[in-house]
Amino acid sequence: MNGEQITFKPRFDKQMRTISTIALLAFIYLSAGAQPAQQIKLNELQRIINTPSEKVQVINFWATWCAPCVKEVPYFEKVNQENKNVEVTLISMDYDLDPNPEKVYRFISRKNLQSKVLILAEQNPNHWINKIDKSWSGALPATLIINSANGKRKFIQKELHEGELEKMIEEVTN
Amino acid sequence: MKTIAGLVMCLTILIAAHPVKMGYEIGDTASDFKLKNTDGRMVSMADYKNARGFIIIFDSNTCPYSKAYNQRIIALNDKYVSKGFPVITINANDGNGDSFDEMVRVAKKKNYQFPYLIDETQRVAHNYGASNTPHVFVLTKELKVAYIGTIDDNPRNAEAVTIHYVEDAVDALMANKSVPVSKTKAIGCGIKWKDA
Repeated sequence: MNGEQITFKPRFDKQMRTISTIALLAFIYLSAGAQPAQQIKLNELQRIINTPSEKVQVINFWATWCAPCVKEVPYFEKVNQENKNVEVTLISMDYDLDPNPEKVYRFISRKNLQSKVLILAEQNPNHWINKIDKSWSGALPATLIINSANGKRKFIQKELHEGELEKMIEEVTN
Repeated sequence: MKTIAGLVMCLTILIAAHPVKMGYEIGDTASDFKLKNTDGRMVSMADYKNARGFIIIFDSNTCPYSKAYNQRIIALNDKYVSKGFPVITINANDGNGDSFDEMVRVAKKKNYQFPYLIDETQRVAHNYGASNTPHVFVLTKELKVAYIGTIDDNPRNAEAVTIHYVEDAVDALMANKSVPVSKTKAIGCGIKWKDA
Protein backbone atom coordinates (compact mmCIF):
# COMPACT_ATOMS: atom_id res chain seq x y z
CA MET A 1 0.00 0.00 0.00
CA ASN A 2 2.73 2.40 1.08
CA GLY A 3 4.86 1.42 -1.86
CA GLU A 4 2.05 2.23 -4.24
CA GLN A 5 1.58 5.65 -2.73
CA ILE A 6 5.26 6.39 -3.07
CA THR A 7 5.23 5.53 -6.78
CA PHE A 8 1.98 7.44 -7.29
CA LYS A 9 3.09 10.68 -5.69
CA PRO A 10 5.85 11.74 -8.05
CA ARG A 11 3.54 11.07 -11.01
CA PHE A 12 0.89 13.30 -9.45
CA ASP A 13 3.46 16.05 -8.99
CA LYS A 14 4.47 15.75 -12.59
CA GLN A 15 0.83 16.08 -13.67
CA MET A 16 0.39 19.13 -11.51
CA ARG A 17 3.49 20.67 -12.94
CA THR A 18 2.28 20.10 -16.50
CA ILE A 19 -1.08 21.67 -15.67
CA SER A 20 0.48 24.73 -14.06
CA THR A 21 2.90 25.12 -16.96
CA ILE A 22 0.00 25.07 -19.42
CA ALA A 23 -1.90 27.58 -17.29
CA LEU A 24 1.13 29.83 -17.09
CA LEU A 25 1.72 29.65 -20.85
CA ALA A 26 -1.94 30.42 -21.50
CA PHE A 27 -1.73 33.39 -19.16
CA ILE A 28 1.41 34.71 -20.87
CA TYR A 29 -0.18 34.18 -24.30
CA LEU A 30 -3.36 36.02 -23.34
CA SER A 31 -1.64 38.90 -21.62
CA ALA A 32 1.00 39.40 -24.31
CA GLY A 33 -0.64 41.90 -26.62
CA ALA A 34 -2.81 39.95 -29.05
CA GLN A 35 -6.37 40.09 -27.79
CA PRO A 36 -8.91 37.41 -28.63
CA ALA A 37 -11.83 38.87 -30.57
CA GLN A 38 -15.28 38.95 -29.07
CA GLN A 39 -18.34 38.23 -31.18
CA ILE A 40 -20.92 40.99 -31.05
CA LYS A 41 -24.39 41.57 -32.43
CA LEU A 42 -25.55 44.64 -34.35
CA ASN A 43 -27.02 46.42 -31.31
CA GLU A 44 -23.66 46.21 -29.55
CA LEU A 45 -21.94 47.72 -32.60
CA GLN A 46 -24.55 50.50 -32.70
CA ARG A 47 -23.93 51.13 -29.01
CA ILE A 48 -20.19 51.50 -29.70
CA ILE A 49 -20.91 53.90 -32.58
CA ASN A 50 -23.44 55.99 -30.63
CA THR A 51 -21.85 56.17 -27.19
CA PRO A 52 -20.11 59.51 -26.68
CA SER A 53 -16.38 59.09 -26.27
CA GLU A 54 -13.59 61.44 -25.28
CA LYS A 55 -11.45 59.97 -28.01
CA VAL A 56 -11.96 60.08 -31.76
CA GLN A 57 -13.33 56.70 -32.69
CA VAL A 58 -11.94 54.97 -35.74
CA ILE A 59 -14.00 51.94 -36.73
CA ASN A 60 -12.63 49.86 -39.59
CA PHE A 61 -14.68 47.19 -41.32
CA TRP A 62 -12.45 44.42 -42.67
CA ALA A 63 -12.16 40.70 -43.24
CA THR A 64 -9.31 38.20 -43.29
CA TRP A 65 -10.08 37.33 -46.94
CA CYS A 66 -9.92 40.98 -48.05
CA ALA A 67 -6.44 41.76 -49.41
CA PRO A 68 -6.78 45.59 -49.42
CA CYS A 69 -8.10 45.42 -45.84
CA VAL A 70 -5.08 43.41 -44.70
CA LYS A 71 -2.82 45.90 -46.46
CA GLU A 72 -4.23 48.91 -44.60
CA VAL A 73 -4.31 47.29 -41.13
CA PRO A 74 -0.79 48.55 -40.20
CA TYR A 75 -1.99 52.17 -40.63
CA PHE A 76 -4.76 51.56 -38.09
CA GLU A 77 -2.36 49.84 -35.71
CA LYS A 78 0.06 52.75 -36.00
CA VAL A 79 -2.59 55.40 -35.32
CA ASN A 80 -3.97 53.39 -32.41
CA GLN A 81 -0.55 53.19 -30.82
CA GLU A 82 0.74 56.67 -31.57
CA ASN A 83 -2.31 58.91 -31.27
CA LYS A 84 -3.55 58.95 -27.70
CA ASN A 85 -6.71 60.84 -28.73
CA VAL A 86 -7.82 58.03 -31.03
CA GLU A 87 -9.35 54.68 -30.30
CA VAL A 88 -9.30 52.12 -33.10
CA THR A 89 -11.77 49.23 -33.32
CA LEU A 90 -11.38 46.67 -36.08
CA ILE A 91 -14.71 45.04 -36.91
CA SER A 92 -14.26 41.71 -38.66
CA MET A 93 -16.97 40.95 -41.23
CA ASP A 94 -15.78 37.38 -41.76
CA TYR A 95 -18.88 35.88 -40.13
CA ASP A 96 -21.10 36.62 -43.16
CA LEU A 97 -19.23 34.00 -45.23
CA ASP A 98 -17.79 31.81 -42.47
CA PRO A 99 -19.13 31.60 -38.90
CA ASN A 100 -15.98 29.90 -37.59
CA PRO A 101 -13.92 32.62 -35.84
CA GLU A 102 -10.65 30.62 -35.95
CA LYS A 103 -9.34 32.46 -39.04
CA VAL A 104 -9.83 35.79 -37.27
CA TYR A 105 -8.13 34.54 -34.10
CA ARG A 106 -5.18 33.24 -36.10
CA PHE A 107 -4.90 36.54 -37.98
CA ILE A 108 -4.86 38.50 -34.72
CA SER A 109 -2.07 36.42 -33.22
CA ARG A 110 -0.07 36.18 -36.45
CA LYS A 111 -0.09 39.96 -36.88
CA ASN A 112 0.04 40.46 -33.12
CA LEU A 113 -2.72 43.06 -33.39
CA GLN A 114 -2.89 45.53 -30.53
CA SER A 115 -6.09 47.31 -31.58
CA LYS A 116 -9.39 46.01 -30.33
CA VAL A 117 -10.91 43.47 -32.71
CA LEU A 118 -14.58 42.51 -32.66
CA ILE A 119 -16.43 40.05 -34.88
CA LEU A 120 -19.84 41.18 -36.09
CA ALA A 121 -21.82 37.95 -35.81
CA GLU A 122 -24.75 38.90 -38.02
CA GLN A 123 -26.10 37.58 -41.30
CA ASN A 124 -28.35 39.23 -43.86
CA PRO A 125 -26.43 42.52 -44.21
CA ASN A 126 -29.20 43.97 -46.36
CA HIS A 127 -31.06 44.53 -43.09
CA TRP A 128 -28.30 46.40 -41.30
CA ILE A 129 -25.75 48.00 -43.67
CA ASN A 130 -27.78 51.23 -43.79
CA LYS A 131 -27.90 51.32 -40.00
CA ILE A 132 -24.11 51.62 -39.94
CA ASP A 133 -23.94 54.19 -42.74
CA LYS A 134 -26.42 54.97 -45.52
CA SER A 135 -23.65 55.67 -48.03
CA TRP A 136 -22.09 52.23 -47.50
CA SER A 137 -22.74 49.69 -50.27
CA GLY A 138 -21.28 46.89 -48.17
CA ALA A 139 -17.92 46.86 -49.98
CA LEU A 140 -14.84 46.16 -47.90
CA PRO A 141 -12.72 47.80 -46.67
CA ALA A 142 -14.72 50.65 -45.15
CA THR A 143 -13.91 53.05 -42.33
CA LEU A 144 -16.07 55.14 -40.04
CA ILE A 145 -14.54 57.99 -38.03
CA ILE A 146 -16.53 59.70 -35.30
CA ASN A 147 -15.67 62.64 -33.12
CA SER A 148 -18.50 62.77 -30.61
CA ALA A 149 -17.09 65.96 -29.05
CA ASN A 150 -18.05 68.05 -32.11
CA GLY A 151 -20.47 65.63 -33.78
CA LYS A 152 -18.33 65.27 -36.90
CA ARG A 153 -18.45 61.97 -38.69
CA LYS A 154 -16.78 60.59 -41.81
CA PHE A 155 -17.40 57.39 -43.70
CA ILE A 156 -15.23 56.12 -46.50
CA GLN A 157 -15.50 52.94 -48.54
CA LYS A 158 -12.08 52.32 -50.05
CA GLU A 159 -8.60 51.17 -49.19
CA LEU A 160 -6.67 53.84 -47.32
CA HIS A 161 -3.12 54.60 -48.27
CA GLU A 162 -0.28 56.00 -46.20
CA GLY A 163 -1.28 59.30 -44.58
CA GLU A 164 -4.95 59.18 -45.60
CA LEU A 165 -6.20 57.91 -42.23
CA GLU A 166 -4.34 60.68 -40.39
CA LYS A 167 -5.88 63.20 -42.79
CA MET A 168 -9.39 61.90 -42.14
CA ILE A 169 -8.83 62.04 -38.37
CA GLU A 170 -7.63 65.62 -38.74
CA GLU A 171 -10.76 66.51 -40.72
CA VAL A 172 -13.09 65.38 -37.93
CA THR A 173 -10.91 66.95 -35.26
CA ASN A 174 -10.87 70.50 -36.63
CA MET B 1 -46.15 80.09 -45.69
CA LYS B 2 -43.28 80.40 -43.27
CA THR B 3 -43.31 76.64 -42.69
CA ILE B 4 -43.24 75.97 -46.42
CA ALA B 5 -40.40 78.42 -46.95
CA GLY B 6 -38.55 76.80 -44.07
CA LEU B 7 -39.12 73.37 -45.53
CA VAL B 8 -37.93 74.47 -48.95
CA MET B 9 -34.81 75.97 -47.39
CA CYS B 10 -34.15 72.79 -45.41
CA LEU B 11 -34.54 70.71 -48.56
CA THR B 12 -32.24 72.98 -50.54
CA ILE B 13 -29.59 72.72 -47.84
CA LEU B 14 -30.02 68.95 -47.71
CA ILE B 15 -29.72 68.61 -51.48
CA ALA B 16 -26.79 71.01 -51.68
CA ALA B 17 -24.98 69.21 -48.86
CA HIS B 18 -25.45 65.85 -50.50
CA PRO B 19 -22.39 64.89 -52.52
CA VAL B 20 -22.83 64.26 -56.23
CA LYS B 21 -23.59 60.60 -56.54
CA MET B 22 -22.17 58.51 -59.34
CA GLY B 23 -24.05 55.52 -60.57
CA TYR B 24 -27.56 54.53 -61.45
CA GLU B 25 -30.70 54.62 -59.42
CA ILE B 26 -33.78 52.51 -60.06
CA GLY B 27 -35.60 53.80 -63.16
CA ASP B 28 -32.50 55.35 -64.76
CA THR B 29 -31.64 54.34 -68.29
CA ALA B 30 -28.33 52.51 -68.38
CA SER B 31 -25.77 53.11 -71.11
CA ASP B 32 -24.83 50.29 -73.40
CA PHE B 33 -21.16 49.28 -73.48
CA LYS B 34 -18.74 47.70 -75.91
CA LEU B 35 -16.25 45.55 -74.04
CA LYS B 36 -13.90 42.72 -74.90
CA ASN B 37 -15.07 39.22 -74.07
CA THR B 38 -12.76 36.37 -73.04
CA ASP B 39 -13.19 34.92 -76.57
CA GLY B 40 -11.65 38.12 -77.97
CA ARG B 41 -14.89 39.48 -79.44
CA MET B 42 -16.43 42.82 -78.50
CA VAL B 43 -19.84 42.58 -76.82
CA SER B 44 -22.66 45.13 -76.48
CA MET B 45 -26.19 44.74 -75.23
CA ALA B 46 -27.30 45.97 -78.65
CA ASP B 47 -26.01 42.64 -80.06
CA TYR B 48 -28.89 40.87 -78.35
CA LYS B 49 -31.73 41.54 -80.75
CA ASN B 50 -34.25 39.28 -79.01
CA ALA B 51 -33.42 40.04 -75.40
CA ARG B 52 -36.27 40.97 -73.07
CA GLY B 53 -33.81 42.32 -70.57
CA PHE B 54 -30.37 41.77 -69.08
CA ILE B 55 -28.74 40.50 -65.91
CA ILE B 56 -25.51 42.49 -65.71
CA ILE B 57 -23.14 41.24 -63.00
CA PHE B 58 -19.91 42.98 -61.98
CA ASP B 59 -17.75 40.08 -60.90
CA SER B 60 -14.21 39.07 -60.04
CA ASN B 61 -11.89 36.09 -60.36
CA THR B 62 -10.47 36.39 -56.90
CA CYS B 63 -13.18 37.68 -54.56
CA PRO B 64 -14.40 34.97 -52.15
CA TYR B 65 -17.98 36.25 -52.58
CA SER B 66 -17.64 35.86 -56.36
CA LYS B 67 -16.38 32.33 -55.77
CA ALA B 68 -19.26 31.60 -53.38
CA TYR B 69 -21.73 32.83 -56.01
CA ASN B 70 -20.03 31.40 -59.10
CA GLN B 71 -22.32 28.37 -59.51
CA ARG B 72 -25.35 30.52 -58.77
CA ILE B 73 -24.35 32.96 -61.55
CA ILE B 74 -23.97 30.07 -63.98
CA ALA B 75 -27.39 28.76 -62.86
CA LEU B 76 -28.96 32.20 -63.36
CA ASN B 77 -27.85 32.24 -66.99
CA ASP B 78 -28.95 28.62 -67.51
CA LYS B 79 -32.37 29.47 -66.15
CA TYR B 80 -32.97 32.80 -67.88
CA VAL B 81 -31.00 32.95 -71.13
CA SER B 82 -33.64 30.95 -73.00
CA LYS B 83 -36.32 33.19 -71.53
CA GLY B 84 -34.66 36.26 -73.01
CA PHE B 85 -32.76 37.47 -69.94
CA PRO B 86 -29.09 36.67 -70.58
CA VAL B 87 -26.39 37.08 -67.95
CA ILE B 88 -23.47 39.34 -68.90
CA THR B 89 -20.58 39.42 -66.43
CA ILE B 90 -18.06 42.25 -66.32
CA ASN B 91 -14.73 42.33 -64.50
CA ALA B 92 -13.52 45.85 -63.69
CA ASN B 93 -10.91 44.95 -61.08
CA ASP B 94 -7.41 46.26 -61.30
CA GLY B 95 -5.27 43.74 -59.55
CA ASN B 96 -3.46 40.46 -59.42
CA GLY B 97 -5.57 37.53 -60.49
CA ASP B 98 -8.04 39.67 -62.43
CA SER B 99 -6.05 40.20 -65.61
CA PHE B 100 -7.59 39.41 -68.99
CA ASP B 101 -5.55 36.17 -69.21
CA GLU B 102 -6.78 35.10 -65.79
CA MET B 103 -10.35 35.88 -66.88
CA VAL B 104 -9.90 33.71 -69.98
CA ARG B 105 -8.66 30.89 -67.77
CA VAL B 106 -11.68 31.12 -65.42
CA ALA B 107 -14.20 31.37 -68.27
CA LYS B 108 -12.73 28.26 -69.90
CA LYS B 109 -12.42 26.29 -66.68
CA LYS B 110 -16.00 27.07 -65.67
CA ASN B 111 -17.23 26.69 -69.24
CA TYR B 112 -19.04 30.04 -69.18
CA GLN B 113 -21.95 30.13 -71.61
CA PHE B 114 -22.22 33.90 -71.13
CA PRO B 115 -19.86 36.82 -71.79
CA TYR B 116 -17.17 37.66 -69.25
CA LEU B 117 -16.09 41.14 -70.29
CA ILE B 118 -13.11 43.17 -69.22
CA ASP B 119 -13.80 46.78 -68.22
CA GLU B 120 -10.22 47.89 -68.47
CA THR B 121 -10.82 51.62 -68.10
CA GLN B 122 -13.32 50.92 -65.29
CA ARG B 123 -15.64 53.42 -66.97
CA VAL B 124 -18.61 51.06 -67.15
CA ALA B 125 -18.32 50.13 -63.47
CA HIS B 126 -18.07 53.85 -62.59
CA ASN B 127 -21.06 54.77 -64.76
CA TYR B 128 -23.20 52.01 -63.31
CA GLY B 129 -22.10 52.72 -59.75
CA ALA B 130 -20.85 49.18 -59.20
CA SER B 131 -18.91 49.07 -55.96
CA ASN B 132 -18.46 45.48 -54.94
CA THR B 133 -18.49 42.01 -56.42
CA PRO B 134 -20.73 40.37 -57.33
CA HIS B 135 -22.93 43.44 -57.92
CA VAL B 136 -26.03 42.86 -60.04
CA PHE B 137 -27.97 45.28 -62.27
CA VAL B 138 -31.17 43.89 -63.78
CA LEU B 139 -32.18 45.93 -66.83
CA THR B 140 -35.29 45.92 -68.97
CA LYS B 141 -35.14 45.60 -72.74
CA GLU B 142 -35.12 49.41 -72.90
CA LEU B 143 -32.13 49.35 -70.49
CA LYS B 144 -34.16 50.80 -67.62
CA VAL B 145 -32.57 49.83 -64.30
CA ALA B 146 -35.06 47.59 -62.48
CA TYR B 147 -32.93 46.05 -59.75
CA ILE B 148 -29.57 46.84 -58.12
CA GLY B 149 -27.91 44.67 -55.51
CA THR B 150 -27.03 41.19 -54.44
CA ILE B 151 -28.09 37.84 -55.90
CA ASP B 152 -29.84 36.46 -52.81
CA ASP B 153 -29.83 36.68 -49.03
CA ASN B 154 -27.30 33.97 -48.18
CA PRO B 155 -23.77 34.07 -49.61
CA ARG B 156 -22.65 31.28 -47.29
CA ASN B 157 -25.04 28.60 -48.41
CA ALA B 158 -27.13 28.44 -51.58
CA GLU B 159 -29.38 25.83 -49.97
CA ALA B 160 -30.28 28.17 -47.12
CA VAL B 161 -31.38 31.10 -49.30
CA THR B 162 -34.80 32.45 -48.41
CA ILE B 163 -35.07 35.38 -50.84
CA HIS B 164 -33.81 35.14 -54.43
CA TYR B 165 -33.66 38.87 -55.15
CA VAL B 166 -32.45 38.65 -58.76
CA GLU B 167 -34.76 35.79 -59.74
CA ASP B 168 -37.69 37.58 -58.13
CA ALA B 169 -36.84 40.75 -60.06
CA VAL B 170 -36.52 38.98 -63.42
CA ASP B 171 -39.67 36.90 -62.82
CA ALA B 172 -41.57 40.09 -62.03
CA LEU B 173 -40.34 41.83 -65.19
CA MET B 174 -41.31 38.82 -67.32
CA ALA B 175 -44.79 38.89 -65.78
CA ASN B 176 -45.08 42.67 -66.29
CA LYS B 177 -45.29 43.13 -62.54
CA SER B 178 -43.36 45.53 -60.37
CA VAL B 179 -40.11 44.23 -58.91
CA PRO B 180 -40.80 43.26 -55.25
CA VAL B 181 -37.41 44.40 -53.85
CA SER B 182 -35.57 46.69 -56.23
CA LYS B 183 -32.51 47.53 -54.16
CA THR B 184 -30.41 45.50 -51.76
CA LYS B 185 -27.03 45.78 -50.11
CA ALA B 186 -24.55 43.06 -49.28
CA ILE B 187 -21.07 42.66 -47.89
CA GLY B 188 -18.65 42.08 -50.74
CA CYS B 189 -15.20 42.76 -52.10
CA GLY B 190 -14.77 46.39 -53.01
CA ILE B 191 -13.91 46.76 -56.72
CA LYS B 192 -10.18 47.36 -56.95
CA TRP B 193 -9.99 50.80 -58.56
CA LYS B 194 -6.98 52.13 -60.36
CA ASP B 195 -5.31 54.88 -58.37
CA ALA B 196 -6.73 58.16 -59.56
